[in-house]
Amino acid sequence: MDEIRLIEVKEGILAESQAVAAKLRERLRSTKTFMLNLMSSPGSGKTSLVLRTIDALKGEFRIGIIEADIASTVDSEKVAARGVKVVQLRTGGFCHLDAAMVSEGLDAIRPQDLDLVIIENVGNLVCPAEFDTGANKNAMILSIPEGDDKPLKYPLMFSVSDVLVLNKIDTMGVFDFDVQAVEQRARVLNPGIHILKTSCKTGEGIDGWTDWLRDEIKRSR
Amino acid sequence: MHELPVVQSLFDICVKHATSNNVKKIIAVNLKVGEVSDLQDEWIQRYFDFLAKGTVVEGARLKIERVPLVVRCKKCAESFRVNIRDRNKVECPKCQGTEFAYVSGREYTVDSMEVV
Repeated sequence: MDEIRLIEVKEGILAESQAVAAKLRERLRSTKTFMLNLMSSPGSGKTSLVLRTIDALKGEFRIGIIEADIASTVDSEKVAARGVKVVQLRTGGFCHLDAAMVSEGLDAIRPQDLDLVIIENVGNLVCPAEFDTGANKNAMILSIPEGDDKPLKYPLMFSVSDVLVLNKIDTMGVFDFDVQAVEQRARVLNPGIHILKTSCKTGEGIDGWTDWLRDEIKRSR
Repeated sequence: MHELPVVQSLFDICVKHATSNNVKKIIAVNLKVGEVSDLQDEWIQRYFDFLAKGTVVEGARLKIERVPLVVRCKKCAESFRVNIRDRNKVECPKCQGTEFAYVSGREYTVDSMEVV
């Protein structure tokens, strides 16, 4: 009978994909392009926030959008109508994007000609949180109708996001949503998280969002 | 569904170390996975078995140690465990502080392998 040996491994499971992401960040640094990864559930307002952002910042920055969708091209058509560069990645059933997929998407919109790239990730609070896309910052949206229990259900998403956007704030009167409870929970999971309130419908809070984004773009240079 | 690419890289790491250590068979793989991760133990093992079929890794049991979410109070530096499913307001058990720094809970590591 062979003796059982113990081999020390001590290796991060996602180390390889993180290395691809780090390389992508280096590439973006060399072209002075800032990349934001935007994540949320389906229907929380990712595309609406992308459109608001384009309208507010297209005079200041050259913007490109990477749209990820399992099958459709609905979002990219809306974005293209705003006259910015957009590439549609159809993930073919995949529930998330990783840095390798993003890297391919970037080639199509020539990042060297862009100041800001926004990735609209697949709508889902689970899978996209696990993978580093190579973006400089991660943003997540939680919309008021989704409920205030989401940090309890999807802790990883809150722990990897640099900024949490509480969207559809105009519907606060209709839903029982405890903003303070969400803020406190999010900060336990992620002490440094920045929290903003917006309504893409009324425009409330959009300035706060674009101010945050503008500061981050300038800081990355 | 996102378990598969994660398990693929776990599998690759196991094969790499098995090959470089002249391993005949892997009995068990000891993993450290943070409690904040959404990965389901049962699915990790199922995908792993699927990938491992016919390789040196086949039959290995994944022993998953869940690393709890621990934070450190910014006021008094006390470290304590947080129940991530608890609805109550989190405060430092020592000084009732409410600002914290991250200590552990997001791990994704292959710690060691039991092999023959």
